[in-house]
Amino acid sequence: MKPFTYERVNSPGQAAQAAARTPGSKFIAGGTNLLDLMKLQIEAPRHLIDVNDLGLDKIEKTGDGGLRIGALVSNTDLAADKRVRKDYAVLSRALLAGASGQLRNKATTAGNLLQRTRCPYFYDTNQPCNKRSPGSGCAAIGGYSRQLAVIGSSDACIATHPSDMAVAMRVLDATVETVNPAGATRGIPIAQFHRLPGDTPHLDTVLGRGELITAVTLPKPIGGQHFYHKTRDRASYAFALVSVAAVIQKDGSGRVAIGGVAHKPWRVEAAEANMKQGAKAVTGTLLAGARPTQDNSFKLPLVERTLASVMHEARG
Amino acid sequence: MPDAGELELSRRDLLIGGAASAAVTAVPAAEAQTMPLVTEDQPSMMAVSFEVNGRAQQLELDTRTTLLDALREHLHLTGSKKGCDHGQCGACTVIVDGRRINSCLSLAVMHQGDRITTIEGLGTPDKLHPMQAAFVKHDGYQCGYCTPGQICSAVAVLDEIKAGIPSHVTQDLDGKPQASNLEVRERMSGNICRCGAYSNIAEAIAEVAAGRKKA
Ligand SMILES: Cc1cc2nc3c(=O)[nH]c(=O)nc-3n(C[C@H](O)[C@H](O)[C@H](O)COP(=O)(O)OP(=O)(O)OC[C@H]3O[C@@H](n4cnc5c(N)ncnc54)[C@H](O)[C@@H]3O)c2cc1C
Ligand code: SF4
Repeated sequence: MKPFTYERVNSPGQAAQAAARTPGSKFIAGGTNLLDLMKLQIEAPRHLIDVNDLGLDKIEKTGDGGLRIGALVSNTDLAADKRVRKDYAVLSRALLAGASGQLRNKATTAGNLLQRTRCPYFYDTNQPCNKRSPGSGCAAIGGYSRQLAVIGSSDACIATHPSDMAVAMRVLDATVETVNPAGATRGIPIAQFHRLPGDTPHLDTVLGRGELITAVTLPKPIGGQHFYHKTRDRASYAFALVSVAAVIQKDGSGRVAIGGVAHKPWRVEAAEANMKQGAKAVTGTLLAGARPTQDNSFKLPLVERTLASVMHEARG
Repeated sequence: MPDAGELELSRRDLLIGGAASAAVTAVPAAEAQTMPLVTEDQPSMMAVSFEVNGRAQQLELDTRTTLLDALREHLHLTGSKKGCDHGQCGACTVIVDGRRINSCLSLAVMHQGDRITTIEGLGTPDKLHPMQAAFVKHDGYQCGYCTPGQICSAVAVLDEIKAGIPSHVTQDLDGKPQASNLEVRERMSGNICRCGAYSNIAEAIAEVAAGRKKA
């Protein structure tokens, strides 16, 4: 790791200001992604701002019957929250499908959203990677791309976003709340929070410099049966090859978002009109325009089959 | 907190820092001491205090020091092991304020005021923790390298089940999870054992869980 200075701050405003004041600084929450990358010198912040003491570790009801999840709520606490288990089970299921018990105890809501890709070339500093080092090229294109994106990718980057939690938040229409160094707050719909790579794959999200996530809010519960099916190389403790988050109503209508296929959780609302016609009808629209590589074209039928198994389970 | 460039370090700090960062910067320690350290590579030192196995500890550390390195290299509690150093193997698992974490992916300075339990704090050779005794009885290891992490994790797993925290294999999210073989295996998946002693580890944990249920 490169040397860095470290400070603790006590309010969200202070945190954002500290970030704006100190060039090369980063927030640190659970540290489970940032420290991993710092050890490899993929990230090398000169200053760390510890955001654990901001009082953002609560889950509260919102005025309109939804839930406001503090940015620092741990993945374990979020998955175990009674209200989440009952009304937003897809979120509990997604969180519990991710990482390990140890990691979920440290990982936070904001940190999880902002975790970086697991593209093997992003991790290998001997390889060109436009995300790690803009303009250097992309070793994954034409390389080993089994885990990488099949849709929404660009000629500059075919990475996926690895979060399970974010896929469930996408299906639940969550909003990411932030504060910037000037003190301005905004709510970013999760659909717009993560970017597609385009020709600037080094930018994962739309967050501005020093902008701090304070919470994620969920709209009021939508009922239905909740599913998170994660298909992976081993039964536990592995990133998704593909995952399906779904909320399905009694009449067969519902919502679907998929993970492991794109630079962001992938959801196409228009595809959901076909829910009653079965998985093939849905994925036809959901995955229209997919550009898989030879290595990962298997993901297309895998999404369809994973969704089919979810629909089968929903019918009981 | 000043920026790295503004930090004023004593000569002693520089010497300590020079030696400590030698491994990272690949500069031999002797050379580092005579070389003026460039601002960019100047380590930043910080005081931190926490409780380890019931004893208060105060350390002055390079901010880069992980909790694992603080425990092993500074407090000489070498039970916690460094396997992958990237949160993938679980050999470094310790219990902080009642929750298991990977101590390799956590900075020591972020544990101000925390209560940390390592394998050394669970039991002693004369008075083993029930989980330690069960691992011995069931041969829950071969080479033993992953064992301290496995045992710390296992102790915390039973607490998590008791607290009603669900897992990936919990069928009914509203129900109370049980310490079944399936549940224990899923919850222990963050602890890798290259020798493959998994079935014996699961038996050891099952025995402790059953004992607890009776109690
Ligand atoms: C071995 C391993 C396996 C894993 N498996 C999975 C898996 O299967 N599924 C999965 O989804 N994840 C998995 N993960 C990733 C894990 O979920 C993330 O590391 C974790 O969620 C990151 O959260 P954190 O709080 O530790 O983030 P940190 O490491 O603290 O921070 C991550 C990023 O977020 C920024 N940040 C943190 N808080 C804020 C804030 N409030 N506002 C603005 N920026 C902020 C930091 O500056 C940093 O850039 C795995 C990780 C490991 C090491
Ligand atoms: S796919 Fe993206 S992250 Fe992977 S090497 Fe290419 S540019 Fe880097």
